[in-house]
Amino acid sequence: MAQSIQETQEELIDEFGLFDDWADKYEYLIDLGKKLPSLSEAFKTEENVIKGCQSRVWLHAERRGDLIVFEADSEAVIVKGMISMLIRVLSNHTAQEIMQADLYFIDQIGMSQHLAQTRSNGLVSMVKQMKNYALAFSAK
Amino acid sequence: MTLDIHKIRQDFPVLDQQVNGAPLIYFDNAATTQKPKSVIDALSHYYASDNANIHRGIHALAERATTAFELTRTKLKDFLNAPSSDQVILTSGTTASINLVAQTFGRANFSKGDKILISNLEHHSNIVPWQMIAEEKGAVIEVIPVDEDGVLDVAAYRNLLDATVKLVAVNHVSNAIGTINPIAEMIELAHAHGAKVLIDGAQSVAHLEVDVQALDIDFFAFSAHKLFGPTGVGVLYGKRELLESMPPYQGGGEMIKEVSFEGTTYNELPYKFEAGTPNIADVIAFSAAIDYVNGFSKEVLFKQELALLAYATEQLKAIPGLRIIGNAPDKIAVISFVMDGLHPQDMGVLLDKFGIAIRTGHHCVQPLMKRFGLLGTCRASFAFYNTFEEIDLFVKALRRTINMLQ
Repeated sequence: MAQSIQETQEELIDEFGLFDDWADKYEYLIDLGKKLPSLSEAFKTEENVIKGCQSRVWLHAERRGDLIVFEADSEAVIVKGMISMLIRVLSNHTAQEIMQADLYFIDQIGMSQHLAQTRSNGLVSMVKQMKNYALAFSAK
Repeated sequence: MTLDIHKIRQDFPVLDQQVNGAPLIYFDNAATTQKPKSVIDALSHYYASDNANIHRGIHALAERATTAFELTRTKLKDFLNAPSSDQVILTSGTTASINLVAQTFGRANFSKGDKILISNLEHHSNIVPWQMIAEEKGAVIEVIPVDEDGVLDVAAYRNLLDATVKLVAVNHVSNAIGTINPIAEMIELAHAHGAKVLIDGAQSVAHLEVDVQALDIDFFAFSAHKLFGPTGVGVLYGKRELLESMPPYQGGGEMIKEVSFEGTTYNELPYKFEAGTPNIADVIAFSAAIDYVNGFSKEVLFKQELALLAYATEQLKAIPGLRIIGNAPDKIAVISFVMDGLHPQDMGVLLDKFGIAIRTGHHCVQPLMKRFGLLGTCRASFAFYNTFEEIDLFVKALRRTINMLQ
């Protein structure tokens, strides 16, 4: 049985709990961003792009059996680090689980600022879009 | 005269604070300047003691508010050396001032095939209003190019000028890269071809002297909030014969002389263009901002800013992989830069963690970014209240930021 959305969130909160200062936290986040594989160019389409005011995010979703698998990318590495965590939490879950997910870990690890910058980075739209995919797949 | 920066900084309460555990370093002055305490006090004094609607009331408060409101207009007349205060129209900002000209002067004067010249340096606010009216009237927009340093190509401008050009709309200073444009020469050239000129002064008024008569400017637009005043107040200066020939903009109260269902006669300048209750409080508080800058010599303030610019430029140039965008010989204290392989947004996010406010992104000049093959830059913009120590801290934080991201 795969890890639940809540378990992954707790795991991330534990990981970030190890850092005392913001610089260590951000170095870890940047590292997550760098390690996230780039989205294949074929998926970097106009259809998959979420335009922020300063950077773009691309989100691709696929159905594998009952599960939805997300892949995503961004030009900005800190945004990419955030994406990496969102994928870790939400990917490989059922539409129902994704739709019901309450992403409390972002606030708990002190990164809610990146979802507050609504116009600049497209992350809020990305989360919305992940849930929209789940809704669309569940309706099929 | 030397500036006592320490004392000046005490006039700006916002500067004295910690952001993310570090002392705030505010290098986003091209976006908006901070406000001296006298402006903040004027705003609160107005609401606490004088608040009333202006121009029509006959009671004491209305009279005090009207007098204070009109005093700002008079100070603006002097500030710009306008011939008369009724040529100073109060709007909500530079954007509103430009839209006003586009929708009135443009509507009355542009016809099919006419040309509007703008430059590659323009802010979206000095592009889109012209595109809207050009589309409606069948006029054509042509663009004065800039060179690799971000300097306007005056030779190309000369070639673009002909009898079909009805208006030249350019900024005095580029918001994204700081270039100071040779507006005196550009205005003379435009007038020689019978074209009128609108100068977007949003980025210049806080730094350079502007004498609308000496420069023979037809229209001059700027915002209070970039001149240490409140947000929501803008200015449009215009030559009398132009303003008088222009139809009113928005309809409503204040702009009328007499209204009947058969027809309406319009008020005189400047009220013809000031429909509705204006932003009374902020206009009145703007007066304190004008007084504040008038308390200094603009030349001395600008010299201080240029010293900061030179110091910062030298230090930034020493960072390997960093490229400064915009190297015009005549610049205000704005430095736009990019770092090979790094995204400006990432740099802005990390600098904020060090308590440093800069601007990142396209700065509302997407065509200029495209000109340099960029999606955005980091921009540090200084005001006279910034210090050399702040630049040292900024450069240190920037080096650390680059390290973290590389």
